[in-house]
Amino acid sequence: MRTSRLTSTQWIQPIGAIAVAVVFLGVPFWLVVVTAGKSRAQALNPDLSLPTHWEFFQNLTQALSQGSMVAAFFGSLVILVSAVLLVLLLGSFASWILARRAGRGMAVLYAFSISGIILPPAIVTLVLVLKEIGLAGTILGMIGVYVGMYSSTVIFFVTGFVRTIPAELEEAARIDGAGPFTVFTRIVLPLLQPTLATATILICLYVWNDVFYALFVIGGRVNTLPLNLYQVASSGLYLNNWNLIFAYVILMTLPLLVTFIAAQRRIISGITSGAVK
Amino acid sequence: MSAYAPSPGTKSPRRRRDASRRNYPLGYVIPALAVMLVFFIAPTVLNFFYAFTNWSSFHSNIDFAGLSNFSSLFQNGTLVADLRTTLIYAILVAIFQNLFGLALAVLLERDTAVNRILRAAFFVPVVMSALAVGYIFQALLKPEGALNGIIGTLVGHPVSIAWLGSTTWTLLVVTLIHAWKWVGLSMLIYLAGLKMINVDLLEAARIDGAGRWASFWRIRFPLLAPAVTFNVATALLGSLNSFDIVQATTEGGPGQSTELLNVFIFRTFGQGLFAQATTMSLVLFFTIAILAFPVIWLLRRRERVL
Repeated sequence: MRTSRLTSTQWIQPIGAIAVAVVFLGVPFWLVVVTAGKSRAQALNPDLSLPTHWEFFQNLTQALSQGSMVAAFFGSLVILVSAVLLVLLLGSFASWILARRAGRGMAVLYAFSISGIILPPAIVTLVLVLKEIGLAGTILGMIGVYVGMYSSTVIFFVTGFVRTIPAELEEAARIDGAGPFTVFTRIVLPLLQPTLATATILICLYVWNDVFYALFVIGGRVNTLPLNLYQVASSGLYLNNWNLIFAYVILMTLPLLVTFIAAQRRIISGITSGAVK
Repeated sequence: MSAYAPSPGTKSPRRRRDASRRNYPLGYVIPALAVMLVFFIAPTVLNFFYAFTNWSSFHSNIDFAGLSNFSSLFQNGTLVADLRTTLIYAILVAIFQNLFGLALAVLLERDTAVNRILRAAFFVPVVMSALAVGYIFQALLKPEGALNGIIGTLVGHPVSIAWLGSTTWTLLVVTLIHAWKWVGLSMLIYLAGLKMINVDLLEAARIDGAGRWASFWRIRFPLLAPAVTFNVATALLGSLNSFDIVQATTEGGPGQSTELLNVFIFRTFGQGLFAQATTMSLVLFFTIAILAFPVIWLLRRRERVL
């Protein structure tokens, strides 16, 4: 009896799960792919029908050339790489000190440094500050904004992790005459790799897809992929050109999708390890 | 001899503090804090001043204006309406994301090939841009769109429900879209939580005669508490700060019924009404700060348990 019940659930579960995925994921993703393959006229009212003839690659090339996508891609890439490297580096140095030094002052400093995890940036006065220091509308300003915003996330993750590393490991190097910089870069930093990987994934996800802060800081001056998508979809050029909008969506999602598929196991274990223990 | 006297081998507190100063220089904290100070703390502090001025693109000088921004936003109803919309949005997102996330985690819990593929598939929306997700659902939910087409085929006659055109129900629809985008993340965290549960416990419950239903609600669900705390806290506090999905689907409409605080801030900033925008930004700051206290307390308590 037990075996017969097991076989029935063995069939029901996968069929049920696939049905749920088809309805909730299959329909939206199918809509994106078939619409991106249609002509402008046929895509006017997007439905689930197949295109009468596929214009998929014409639409992709048109989205690439018309929407100034190449420039936007490099804008996104430069901002992402610099912001992530900088926030990891500065955050790690600060975390090491915050984790190792004791006292009431350090506790206050730590609370202060992680406040940005929850508190939202004051975006309007942020634009004012950027204007004052001459960084409004510049890539450098955008990088600074992301570093300022996500320092708290890095410090929170890394400080917690450093506390689990025994200080005796550093002591050995110190006895050999190594200064704090050497101790940090040679001993501590290599050990931080797993937690830095998690922080990198999260911050990449936020920065690559951010449009809200980018609209205020660099909107109209520097192009990034989400900013460009917002402009082409909402302000005329592609208005109701669903075939081109979805071609753009596909091209824009591909880099992160490929990264995700390639590093799937690591990403998933990285994200979940912090949350549940 | 008092019990607190140092034993001969340990260093004195002062010497230990000196060593700590030398080995862990405070200077290493300064670069990170300096960037935070300029790009995060300074704007937050300034926000407390500029919310009480008449700052706008229409006159060149900025003067003190007292509480006039707050009172005008209060009197024309925007303050209460947008705050209410934002809170309802965050609460509904937290409910849907956790309900569906937990259901998916239970559905895809066993480690089979099909389940592994489906878990990855449900994570794809998490990786996608929220703006892109918004445009996909705008196309799907148009009156002449794909969803009405499917419903029309099922019921046998054409339907044209304006999913994004109802002043009552569209708010619910956009929270469902938001939950759709992030449900994969909640699912993963619940899956990790389910995996941590000791198998012997479930075996013991089975021997004691507990069915699947009872053993889930009586044993596994209570043990998922840390995952619930994390998921609810991040969904609730994170979605108070939302913008992309609403901007891409409704731009706050119809009739401002889905206007989140951030949508208002973006719109008024674009119109050059900087004081109104920064006033609402202060309202958002306080909303999140006030709600964060109990949440941080919960997370802190959990941290101590670990």
